[in-house]
Amino acid sequence: MTAAFAAVLRRDLLVALRRKGDALNVLIFFVIVASLFPLGTGAEPGQLRTMAAGVIWVGALLAALLSLPRLFAADLADGTLEQMLVSAQPLPAVVAAKVAAHWLSTGLPLALIAPVLGLQYGLPSDALLVLLGAVLLGTPVLSLVGAAGAALTLGVRGAGVLTGLLVLPLCVPALVFGAGALTASLSGLAPGPHLSLLGALLAVSLPLGLWAACAALRVALD
Amino acid sequence: MFSNFFSFASPQAFYPVAGRMIPWFGWSAALLALAGLYIGFFVAPTDATQGESYRIIFIHVPAAWMSMFIYLVMALWAGLGLVLNTRLSGMMASALAPTGAMFTFVALWSGALWGKPTWGTYWVWDARLTSELILLFLYLGYMALKEAIEDPQRADRAGAILALVGVVNIPIIYFSVQWWNTLHQGASVSLTKAPSMAMTMLAGMLVMALAAWMYAIAVSLARVRAIILERERGRDMAWVRSMVNA
Amino acid sequence: MLNANGLSCERGDRQLFAGLSLALEAGGLARLLGANGSGKTSLLRILAGLTRPAAGEVRWRGERIGDLAEEYGRELAYIGHAPALKDELTVAENLAFAARLAGIVASGAQLEAALEVLGMATRAALPARVLSQGQKRRVSLARLALPGAPALWLLDEPFAALDEDGIGRVRALTEAHLARGGMLVLTSHQDVPVAAGSIQTVTLGA
Repeated sequence: MTAAFAAVLRRDLLVALRRKGDALNVLIFFVIVASLFPLGTGAEPGQLRTMAAGVIWVGALLAALLSLPRLFAADLADGTLEQMLVSAQPLPAVVAAKVAAHWLSTGLPLALIAPVLGLQYGLPSDALLVLLGAVLLGTPVLSLVGAAGAALTLGVRGAGVLTGLLVLPLCVPALVFGAGALTASLSGLAPGPHLSLLGALLAVSLPLGLWAACAALRVALD
Repeated sequence: MFSNFFSFASPQAFYPVAGRMIPWFGWSAALLALAGLYIGFFVAPTDATQGESYRIIFIHVPAAWMSMFIYLVMALWAGLGLVLNTRLSGMMASALAPTGAMFTFVALWSGALWGKPTWGTYWVWDARLTSELILLFLYLGYMALKEAIEDPQRADRAGAILALVGVVNIPIIYFSVQWWNTLHQGASVSLTKAPSMAMTMLAGMLVMALAAWMYAIAVSLARVRAIILERERGRDMAWVRSMVNA
Repeated sequence: MLNANGLSCERGDRQLFAGLSLALEAGGLARLLGANGSGKTSLLRILAGLTRPAAGEVRWRGERIGDLAEEYGRELAYIGHAPALKDELTVAENLAFAARLAGIVASGAQLEAALEVLGMATRAALPARVLSQGQKRRVSLARLALPGAPALWLLDEPFAALDEDGIGRVRALTEAHLARGGMLVLTSHQDVPVAAGSIQTVTLGA
C-alpha cells in the first residue's frame, strides 16, 4: 500500500516536473488576482491590511480550483485511470497519492508565495508567519475537497465551471478559519484556535474527501 | 437480502401508489396553509417592537426549517440508493432537490423582505442568513451536477456522493459561519429569535410548517412520477406506454 | 475459475446483452465477437470489475469480484483501448509504473527483457509522446511479458494497430500464457488464430 502510494506520487510529480508550465501558470494567476485588488479598491494601507486575508484566501481558492481539471482528466483520457481502478493496489492509496502530488505541485507553491503577497498588503512579519501556516494547513483541504469535486465532474461537459460550483461552497470553512487566523493575528488576538480548527478540518476532510473521490471515480468509469 | 426487501418499491409499483397519495397531501397542504395564514394574519397579535412586519415569519421560519430538513431527507434517500442500489431512491432524491432549493430561496427572500423594515437593509451578513445562502449554493450544485451527467443512473450515484459530502459539511459550514460572525461582530439581531413569542404565533408557525411539509411531499411525489415516466420510457415496459398514451 | 452468470448490460436506454454466461478454466481462451457497439468492450469491462452489470454477477475462484476488490486486481491484467501511457514519461518509466500498479516490482533488466519480447527494447528511453499507435500498443502489452504476470488477461483488441511482426509477437505471448495454464478473454476484429486447450466463442448482438 505504501509502495503504491510512493509509486503514484513519484509518477505524478515526475509528470508535473516535466510540465512545469502548468503549475507555474496557477502560481502566476494567484499573483495576478492578488495584485488586481488594490487597483480596484485603492491602496490605502489600513484598508489593504484589513482585506488582505480575504483577498489572499479567495485568490488561493480560485487558483487551486483552476488546477483541478488536471487532477484526473489526463489520466482518464490516456486510460491510466482505468488501470488504477483495476489494479492490484487499493484505490484510496492511489487517490491519496494523486492528491498529495497535486498539493505538492500546487498547494505548497501557493503557500510559499502567499507571504510575498502579504508584503504587498503591508502585513507585519508575525502576521506573514501566521499566513504561511494557515495556507499550509488550508491548501490540503482544498486539494482534498477539490479531488472529490474533480472526480464527480469527470467526463462531464462544462466540467470546469461545474467543479467550481460544487467545490467553492464546501470550502467556506477553510476560508473562514484560514482568513480568520490572519485577521485574529492582525487584531492582536492569538491565531491558535483558528489554526487548530483548520487542522481539525483537515482531519475531517482527509477521509471524507478520499472516500468521495474514490466513489466518484468508480461512478465516472462505470 | 436487503435489496430484496427493498425491491418491492420498484418504480413501477410506486407509480400508482404515488398517484393516489398526491391529492391527500396536496389538499392537506392547502387547508393547513389556509389555517396557518389565518392564524398568522388575523389571530396572532401585533408584535410590540416590530409591528405588523414580523408576520413574515409565518412564511420565513417554516421555509428555513424545510430547506434544511429536505436536504437531510435528500441525503438519506441518496445514501439509501448508493448502498442498496435501488432505482427509486435516486429518483426520490432528484425529486426533492428543486423543492428544497425553492424553500431555501423563499427563506432568503422573505428574510430580505423582513430585514428591510426591521434593520433598514435587505441583506445582513447574519450567520443564519449566510448559512442559508450557502445551503442554496449546495442545492444548486447538486442540481447542476445531476443535470450535467447524461446517464440517469450515473447521475443518481454521483449526486448521492455529493449529497452525502454536503450533509457532513453542513454542520461544519454552519459552525464556521457562526464563528466568522462572532469574529467580525456582524448583525446582533437574529431573525428567528423573535422576542417573547405569543402562543398563537407559535401555533401559526407550526401549522404553516406542517403545510409546507405536506406541500413538499405532494410536489415531490408528482415530480417523482414524472421522472419515473421519463426514465422508464426506454425500457421495454408496456405499462409506461399505456400511461403515456392514456 | 472465472464464472460469469446471467450478465446483462444496459447503456442509456439500450440493452446491449442479457442473460450472458461464461466459464473459463485454466488454459482457457474466450473470444468475444460482434459488430461495433454490440457490447464487447462493455462485457470486458464488466469482467474486469469496472462496470457494474445491470443483472448477473462475476465470480473469480468462487468469490464475487466486487468483494475481492484489489485481490482480484492482483490476478488480473486488463488492457483496454487506451494505451495508459503518459506522454511525458519514457517508455521504460511507463512500463515500470504499470508494473508497480500491478503489484510487480521489476528490475531494469526485467523491464528491458519484457520490452524486447514486444520488440520495443531499443525505444526504452524515448518519451511515449513520439511513439506511433502501434508502438504504444506494444508498450502497453509489454507488462504481460514481465515475470509474475497475473493469471487472467482481459485484452480489448490486442491486435489493433499492430503490424505483422507485432501480431506475431502478441500471438506468441498469449499462446505461451495459455500453455502455462493462464486464462485469456479477448475481443478482436481480426481473425488471428490463437491456439489454446479450450476455446469458446461468445458472439454478441446476435
